[in-house]
Amino acid sequence: MIFGVDVASMLLGGLAAGMVLFIVSVGLSVTMGLMGFVNLAHGAFAMLGGYLIVLSMREGLGFVPALALGFIVIALVSVAFERLLYVWLYRATELDQVLFTIGLVFIAIASVTLLIGPENQQLTLPAWLQGQIDLGIVHYRTYSIFLIGVGVTIVVALWLGFERTRMGAQIRAAVDNRRMAESLGINIGRLFTITFAFGSGMAALGGGLGAEFLGLDPQYPLKYLVYFLIVVAVGGLGRVTGVFFAALLIGVLDFVLKRYLPAGGTLFIYALTILLLLLRPQGLFGRKSA
Amino acid sequence: MTVQQPGLAGHPAAVALAGRHRVRLWEPIPWILLLGFYFAFPRYLGFGTELLTTILFAISLDLALGYAGIVTLGHAAFFGAGAYTVGMLANHGIWNEPITSLILAAAMAAAIGLASGLVLLRTTGLTLLMLTLCTMALLEEAANLGSEYTGGFDGLANLPIPPLFGVFEFSPLFPTVQYLYCLAVLFLCFVFVRTLVYSPFGQSLTGVRENTLRMHAVGAPVNQRLVICYTISAALAGIAGGLWAQSNAYVNLSTLGLDRAATVLIILVLGGYGRLYGAFIGAVVYLALSHFLAKPYPTAWQLGLGLLLVLIALFARNGIIGLYDQLAARWRPRRAPP
Repeated sequence: MIFGVDVASMLLGGLAAGMVLFIVSVGLSVTMGLMGFVNLAHGAFAMLGGYLIVLSMREGLGFVPALALGFIVIALVSVAFERLLYVWLYRATELDQVLFTIGLVFIAIASVTLLIGPENQQLTLPAWLQGQIDLGIVHYRTYSIFLIGVGVTIVVALWLGFERTRMGAQIRAAVDNRRMAESLGINIGRLFTITFAFGSGMAALGGGLGAEFLGLDPQYPLKYLVYFLIVVAVGGLGRVTGVFFAALLIGVLDFVLKRYLPAGGTLFIYALTILLLLLRPQGLFGRKSA
Repeated sequence: MTVQQPGLAGHPAAVALAGRHRVRLWEPIPWILLLGFYFAFPRYLGFGTELLTTILFAISLDLALGYAGIVTLGHAAFFGAGAYTVGMLANHGIWNEPITSLILAAAMAAAIGLASGLVLLRTTGLTLLMLTLCTMALLEEAANLGSEYTGGFDGLANLPIPPLFGVFEFSPLFPTVQYLYCLAVLFLCFVFVRTLVYSPFGQSLTGVRENTLRMHAVGAPVNQRLVICYTISAALAGIAGGLWAQSNAYVNLSTLGLDRAATVLIILVLGGYGRLYGAFIGAVVYLALSHFLAKPYPTAWQLGLGLLLVLIALFARNGIIGLYDQLAARWRPRRAPP
């Protein structure tokens, strides 16, 4: 019985962390799949969103309105970046894209340090999310259950959007074969701007939702970069469900390994990622590119 | 190449190609300056040795990135492998003679480069980027965990490095011996790399970078060339790491991290990649700036670095040397086509 409770609580904790990973990474996966753009600055949008959400809550805004504000503002900001800067580098080499986005990360880290300070920002959860909830077999933190609920809602909504709407079909077509999609008259540039904005908004949401246990300090975009990239690479480019399962897998694995192998856990995840990418370069759920 | 095609031997392109490898008039200048630094700034030789190891590290990356076009984010893995080889052998009293230690460091890094290259270089693009990054992270974690052998997070300090040739003592306060030793090693490695990139092997690497499909089509063993190049590049990075460990007499996790890998990438791109001397210019400019700005104003330095990277990616794709070439081309009168 004790063992069962242990397993259940570990699973729930891992799932909650995985949901945050998913919410942050899903935009990265779609934009990378769509444009082949190596955007290492994705975590910077997550961090900026997190700061916006935490700081606006300190000014007295409620949790949910703050999340909405973070999503909208970061989505708009990212459109400006995309239209003014990213657009020049779509045809550039990977190296240039890597340098450019690392540069953006540095700028984001330095600006946040200068404007807000290098210390960790604490997220204060609203009263209705604090404390524990009775799930029948275990009592568990309300916030983790809330995160799992939010994550599942988002993945269902995204899945419906991807599979059942016209725009979703256009995105899938463009990820599979960009040239063919373009010749069919799909406006890839516009599609990309919209997905980029949406993905960055999601990252901002993830930054705010995860601030409680991932922390929120200026080093955030570099600290978790490898994790976001691993999730995207394992899930496959441009695959919403793939990223979802990959994020849950990494989240739960990380949680379990930190518990039983506090020292070697990360090592194991890196080794597993290398092995997986060697066997399936397109990721667990990706399709071979044409 | 014995068959002379009539009418083509005197063609400007043929002349340019045949004369590519010749030593230019200005090529001794960087070496004279580096030697002059020893006499001019005896108080900054610690900075100087850092500069020399960084140049060597950047050259090793130039071979992989600039010539073969292997975009890697994990080159510090080999620097760290070299540094830890020297550090662990010396610290546990197994072997510490400087020059042979350096050879062992190169061998260790080359072995890791060969093993990882054999499997990694089959992939390209994002997958390759991820794999190089993960390999480095894996080594970093391993170094962090094996604290019994590697010193873990604190690293290994006060490495017992015996005098060079049994005569010249390494002194941590007045690193004159270290400086000349690093300069000599750098020169030897540079001559090797310069010969390599102008050899047929080097030409085929450039071919792979420019058009992989066509190199496959003409029957070049593309993957084999890439793996060999990656291994050599890893060995050179290992030597740079070994030098770093010897001249500082310590080794720690900073030799393996993403920071160092990103820094050397920035240095190479700042100077200009695929042109050998870009590593020199990039390292001098970057280290001088960071020496004077990074310590008093760390945040502003990071901000400036970020802006610089964005500007380079947007406007100056070939770094400082590339900018110079562009300006020079504007001033130089165009030759009439033959």
